[in-house]
Amino acid sequence: MTVDPQTKTGGNLILEVENISLSFGAVRAIEDVSFSVIEGEILAIIGPNGAGKTSMLNVINGFYHPQEGQIQFGGEVRRQMRPYQAARGGIARTFQNVALFKGMTTLDNIMTGRNLKMNRWATNIFAAAFYVGPTRREEMRHREYAERVIDFLEIQAIRKTPVGRLPYGLQKRVELGRALAAEPTLLLLDEPMAGMNLEEKQDMCRYVLDVNDEFGTTVALIEHDMGVVMDISDRVVVLDYGRKIAEGTPDEIKSNQAVIDAYLGTTASSATA
Amino acid sequence: MSDSQADTMPRRLYRNAQSHPDSPAFAEKYLGIWQTYSWKKTGSEVRALACGLASLGLQRGDMVALIGTNRPQLYWVFFASQSLGAIPVPIYQDGIPAELEFVLNHAGVRFAVVENQEQADKLLAIKEQCPALEAIIYSDTKGMRHYPESFLYSYADVQAQGRQYDAEHADFFEQELASGQADEVAGIFYTSGTTGEPKGVQLTSANLLGSAEACNAQEGLGSADRQVNYAPMAWIGDHLFLSLSLSAGSCTSCPESRETLFADVKEIGPTMFFAPPAIWEQLLTSITIRMEDASRFNRWLFRHFMAVARRVGLDLLDGRSIGVVDRLRYALGELFIYGPLKNNLGLSHARLAITGGAPLGEDTFIFYRSIGINLKQLYAQTECSAYATLHRNGDARQDTVGPPCRGCDVQIAEGGEILVKSPGNFAGYFKNPEATREVMTDDGWLRTGDAGIMTDDGHLKIIDRARDVGALNDGTLFAPQYIENKLKFFPYIREAVAHGNSRDHVTAFINIDLEAVGNYAERIGLSYSGYTDLSQRPEVYELIARNIEEVNQDLSRDSSLSSSQIRRFIILHKELDADDGELTRTRKIRRATIADRYGDLIEALYSSKQEVAVEASVTLEDGRSSTFNANLRIHDAATAVNKA
Repeated sequence: MTVDPQTKTGGNLILEVENISLSFGAVRAIEDVSFSVIEGEILAIIGPNGAGKTSMLNVINGFYHPQEGQIQFGGEVRRQMRPYQAARGGIARTFQNVALFKGMTTLDNIMTGRNLKMNRWATNIFAAAFYVGPTRREEMRHREYAERVIDFLEIQAIRKTPVGRLPYGLQKRVELGRALAAEPTLLLLDEPMAGMNLEEKQDMCRYVLDVNDEFGTTVALIEHDMGVVMDISDRVVVLDYGRKIAEGTPDEIKSNQAVIDAYLGTTASSATA
Repeated sequence: MSDSQADTMPRRLYRNAQSHPDSPAFAEKYLGIWQTYSWKKTGSEVRALACGLASLGLQRGDMVALIGTNRPQLYWVFFASQSLGAIPVPIYQDGIPAELEFVLNHAGVRFAVVENQEQADKLLAIKEQCPALEAIIYSDTKGMRHYPESFLYSYADVQAQGRQYDAEHADFFEQELASGQADEVAGIFYTSGTTGEPKGVQLTSANLLGSAEACNAQEGLGSADRQVNYAPMAWIGDHLFLSLSLSAGSCTSCPESRETLFADVKEIGPTMFFAPPAIWEQLLTSITIRMEDASRFNRWLFRHFMAVARRVGLDLLDGRSIGVVDRLRYALGELFIYGPLKNNLGLSHARLAITGGAPLGEDTFIFYRSIGINLKQLYAQTECSAYATLHRNGDARQDTVGPPCRGCDVQIAEGGEILVKSPGNFAGYFKNPEATREVMTDDGWLRTGDAGIMTDDGHLKIIDRARDVGALNDGTLFAPQYIENKLKFFPYIREAVAHGNSRDHVTAFINIDLEAVGNYAERIGLSYSGYTDLSQRPEVYELIARNIEEVNQDLSRDSSLSSSQIRRFIILHKELDADDGELTRTRKIRRATIADRYGDLIEALYSSKQEVAVEASVTLEDGRSSTFNANLRIHDAATAVNKA
C-alpha cells in the first residue's frame, strides 16, 4: 500500500475500534463508536466536556472494559484488553492529570518507561543485587535510550530533579518522556497541553510533531485547544454524548454542521459566536 | 610542523594534532556523558568539514557565518573556514532576524553553519533578503527531515562529502592550509556597540595567536588547563579563551545546555573561568538567596566567616602576612564555608578567574577574592582581541583593571582617553575605513573611547565611557556607571540606570531581579501575578528604597560623590532587554535608546508627580511586538548628610 506523506491516507490501519459501547450502571459513556487509526498519523479526538473522550482512551489501553464491541490492535482482535497487554503491545499513554512518581527524579521516571523493554534475566532481583556484566550492560543500554529521550525533549537541566518540584508544564513533558521511553507504536495523549501557557503549548506541539516525524510513532490525542488540533492533526474524530458525530480532516471538521451545533448548541447556531 | 610555521589558527591546530595527538582538545556533554575529541580527531573532523565546504564551492575570501550555542562542531567551523582562506563570521545566536539580516548582508555571507532547526528557521525566514546566502548547513538534524529546500545540508553529510572530495583531490587540503598567511583576516566579530549599527571587527591569526601566546606566558597556562566555554561564540571574550586553548593545547569544554551551565562547570572544575560581571553577580545573588533560606546556625556561620574573609582573605591571596590567629580562623572558614562554597560554584580548581566586559561591583569583587578565588579584571575591546590590561597575581584591586598585559602598551591621551597598543590590535572595520580611521591613530594606537587614568603604581583605572561622564548643574562629577554598579550589587536589583547629567540631582530607573524579589515576596507572604505587578507593589518599593538609601550612605562618604545621591526612583514595569534595543547583547546599557524611549518617565522623575502612566511595547524573539499600559509609582529616597 502506498502512503501519501501529506495526508497519510492509504496507510495500514494500526488500530480499529468497532462498535464500542461502554456504560457505568445506567450511564452510557460511549455508544456504538467505531473509528480507526492509520499508521503514522496524528489523530485528534475532540468533543465537549463529558463526551466520552477519556473513556475512549481508557478503553483503548485496557483500563475500561466495554460491554459491547471489539478492538483490533496489532493484528489481534480483542473484546477487552488488560493494561499490561496494551503496554506490551506497544501502546503508551500520558494522563489528563499528570501521573508521575513525584518523589523520583526525571531520569528515574523516564527509566520506569523502559521497564517492559528490560531483559528479565539480566535485571531480576538477584542479578541486580550482584550487578554483574550483563546487568550493567543492560542498564547502560536503557540509560542511553532514556538519555536520548531527555536530549530529544531538551530536559537535560532537570535530569536529577525530583519531578514533584517541577512546574506543571515540565511535568507534562517528563510524562511524555516516560511514554516515549517505552518505544511505543501508538502513543495516546490525554490533553497534553491542558493548563499550559502559549509558549509551552507551542513547544509541546513541536515535540508531538517531532515524535511523529522522527520516530514514526502514531499519535492519538485528546485536546480542547482547537487551534492546536487543527494545526497538528491529520484527522479528527468528534464525540458528543458518547456518540461519534463526525470524522475527517481538520478542514472537513471545521465546516461540519453537526460539530458546530455540538460546540455552540443547536439553538445558538444563529447567534454570534 | 615547527613553531615558526604554525602561525595561523588552523596550522596551530594541526601542530597540536602532531605534537600531542591524543590529549583532549574539545569536550561536550551529550546523552549525559562527557564526550571528548582529541587534537588528532579534531584535525580530521575539521579537514572533512573544510573539504566538504570546498566541494560545495567555498572559495578563498568567502564569508562563513556560524550561529548557535557553544558546540565543538561550531568551533570547528572557524578552523575549517580558515584552512581554506575563508573568513568565519560568528553571529549572536539569540539575535532577532533583523540583526541577523544586517550582519549576513553586510559581510556578504555565502555559507551559514547553524546549530539546529531554530536557527535554520530564522535564516530561512530572511533568506529572500540575503541574496549572497547560498547554503545553510545544520548540525542537529532533529526536526529537519522534511524541509524541501535544496540548499539545506546536514553537517554530517557535508563532512561525508568532504571525505570523498579529500580522497579525490590529494594534497588539496595541505596546499590550502600551507597558503594561509598569519596576517590574513581569520574572523570578523561584529560588535554590539552601544550606539549605531554593528561594526565588523577584522582580526587576523597574528592578532589572535599573538594575544593568546602572550597571555598564556603571562599567566603560566599550559596544556593541562581546563576551561568551560559558554559565553556567546560571537563575543570576543569567548574567542580569546578558544585562542588560549589552541595556543596552549588545552581542552575547551562545552556545557550540555544553557540551563545546565553551573552543573557542568562543577563537573569540569575549570582551572580558568571567564565570566562577565552579570554572571558573577548572578552567582553571588543565588548564594545570598540560599543563605537567607538557610537555618539560623548556618546563617550565623556564614556571616561570621565571611567577616573573617573580608578582613584577612585579600591579604592572604595577595601574599601579605597575617597573624597566626587570623590564619587559623581563615583555615576554619575554608573548612566550613569557603571550601564548600567554591566547590559548589565549581571553582575549587580555578587558578585564573577573569571578569571583563563591564566594571564589577566592589563588594562582588571582594567577595570572590576573599574566599580565595583569584578573580582578576581584564580590560580590553574587540578591536584589540580582548587583550589589553589584566591584573597580575597578588596585585588585584577592584578600582583598577590592572597594568598593561605582557606585550601591550597603554597611554592616556589628552582629554583622558585611553589608548592601547596590543598584539591584538585589529586589521580595521570591514567595509568601513572611516570608522577605522576614527579609532586607529597613524602610529598604531587604538582609541578606546573610555576615560581613564594611570595610577602611580602603573594600574589603569577606568572612570566611565568618555562620553557618558557628565556633570550635575552644581558642577560636580556625574559618573552614571559608578552609581549603577553600586546599585546592582544588591541581589534585588538586576539593572539600574542613573540620570543626572545637566540636572540638579540624581534619579534612577530600577529593574528588580524577579528571582530574588519573588523569593522575598514569598517570604513576606505577598502574592503577585507577574513581573509588572510585583514591580509596582509598595512593599517592593520599600525594599528597593532601603537599598538605595544604603548606596546614598556610601556615596555621602566621598565628598566628590556626595551630591550624586539618588533622590527619586522608578521601578520599571519591564526588564530592560537586548531584544528591545535597550541593552547590548553583552548587557550594557544603551543610554540614548533609554533616554529616548523613557523620556516621559525621566521628566516625571524631575517633576513633583507621584505616579506616571506608560504605554510600553515589547519585541518578542520572533520579531513580533505588543503593547500594554501600566501606571508606575515614583518613590522618594532619603539622602544622607556628608559626614566628612
